[in-house]
Amino acid sequence: MTALLNASGCLDALAAPEVASELDAFVTKTVTPHPREGNPPPRFAELPGGMLNSIGLQNPGIDAFASEVLPRLRDLEIPLWVSVGGFSAHDYASVCERLEEREEVQTIELNLSCPNVEEAPETAAELVGAARTSTRKPLYAKLSPATWDVAESARAVEAAGADGISLVNTIRGLALDDARRPVLGRGAGGYSGPALRPIALACVAACAAAVDLPIVGMGGVSTGSDVLDLVAVGASAVALGTVLFADPWAARRIRSELREAGVEAPEAPHAARPSVTAAVTTSN
Amino acid sequence: MNARRERVEVLAREEIGAYTLLRFARGTLDPGVPGQFFMLEAPGRLLPRPMSLCEAPSGELTFLVDPIGPGTRALCNLDAGDAIHVLGPLGNGFDLDVERPLLIGGGIGIAPLPYIAETLGGAPAILGFRSDRHAEAAALLPGAEVVVEPRLVTELLPNDPGDVLACGPEPMLDAVSRLAPRAQLAWEAPMACGYGACYGCVVERGGHYVRLCVDGPVLRDAA
Repeated sequence: MTALLNASGCLDALAAPEVASELDAFVTKTVTPHPREGNPPPRFAELPGGMLNSIGLQNPGIDAFASEVLPRLRDLEIPLWVSVGGFSAHDYASVCERLEEREEVQTIELNLSCPNVEEAPETAAELVGAARTSTRKPLYAKLSPATWDVAESARAVEAAGADGISLVNTIRGLALDDARRPVLGRGAGGYSGPALRPIALACVAACAAAVDLPIVGMGGVSTGSDVLDLVAVGASAVALGTVLFADPWAARRIRSELREAGVEAPEAPHAARPSVTAAVTTSN
Repeated sequence: MNARRERVEVLAREEIGAYTLLRFARGTLDPGVPGQFFMLEAPGRLLPRPMSLCEAPSGELTFLVDPIGPGTRALCNLDAGDAIHVLGPLGNGFDLDVERPLLIGGGIGIAPLPYIAETLGGAPAILGFRSDRHAEAAALLPGAEVVVEPRLVTELLPNDPGDVLACGPEPMLDAVSRLAPRAQLAWEAPMACGYGACYGCVVERGGHYVRLCVDGPVLRDAA
């Protein structure tokens, strides 16, 4: 059955370890070189087709993460992916370097596409290249759907040394209140939930045709059928995001729906890469 | 997280002034301690809504809802026999190991006070509302002193208020904490998840953003 992860920023395994233990791997909230308080509230809004958020990468920074958070995550004994963010190629490389010697970190996902903070000036491929110089761990590049040719981005990060791709991050959106002012404290935010599903499917399909890398598909997944859709277009694992806010036990329900449908997900398209697929494959 | 998520049935819906009191069959859900909250599935909406437990009669859980938006209006339209998913109890409630409790509530912030009064076997209360119609909800706390805007709850606060347990809008909590620095304050914030996952419900404490769902909603120190 298809491996299920959480989307970065959609679960705190320390606050809800029993929820994280339902997943095949836990993906942390993005860690940056320095602590970040995040953006001012209001930080989210429910919209008719989804949810808009602007958290702003609130995190304790790599020092506190490495010394205080990682040991507690290790004790949970859940396969661990760490999401890494930054504001320059050096930032990405330095955080990856800190994680390189930590055995409990199985995979690093590079958040190359947060819509809620200033972006690094380098291209996604340059950031992947910088991270690649400082770690041998499997590197997944999380790409934005807000690009005309996501397949080209996928080819570029593959050439730069990515071992896999996570698709998709939220897409930037804006919501106004009755007085025509932005609902969120920072203005625009990242749009997630059901409205993102067809966008994610198109991105996964395009990238699966373009690169020879495993793909973690995500974006609006809330049912077993949604999982099978992503797998059908080339995802080798699927991550749950906004649905976890409404139902912490969504992974359990989705697995049960997959079993009831009697559908065994097709084998991951790139199962020949054991170092990577070990992270996203389960015999469950 | 000690919370459970269960689909529970609406036993009754009662209009109390501008608010709606929803009575649910408890199922296997634990009522938790006063000040803790539950996430209630809002029919037709993507995200659930956080509600303090109002009362915990035998076999029931009750929630007081102010229909201020599409989610709370959907909840207030539930009928007896309908069922929704409820997750909880969540967050940190009030410390009720106090000698001279005084309950202070503002508007929908009175929601957790009846459960406190029930647990303590009665406690004096001061309630503030924005209209006479909203003030009808004071019936949930017999014997409470009630003010309606422009009068404020702080006008009735004694010089030596004792152990204040308060819930209400931020300006009220700020005013109460200035007069009663040791007060336990239950804060309100929109929440997407209620269990620490989304970082959407932060409030600023001591120069840092903390998640109200896991660090609160009851906080003792002033902002």
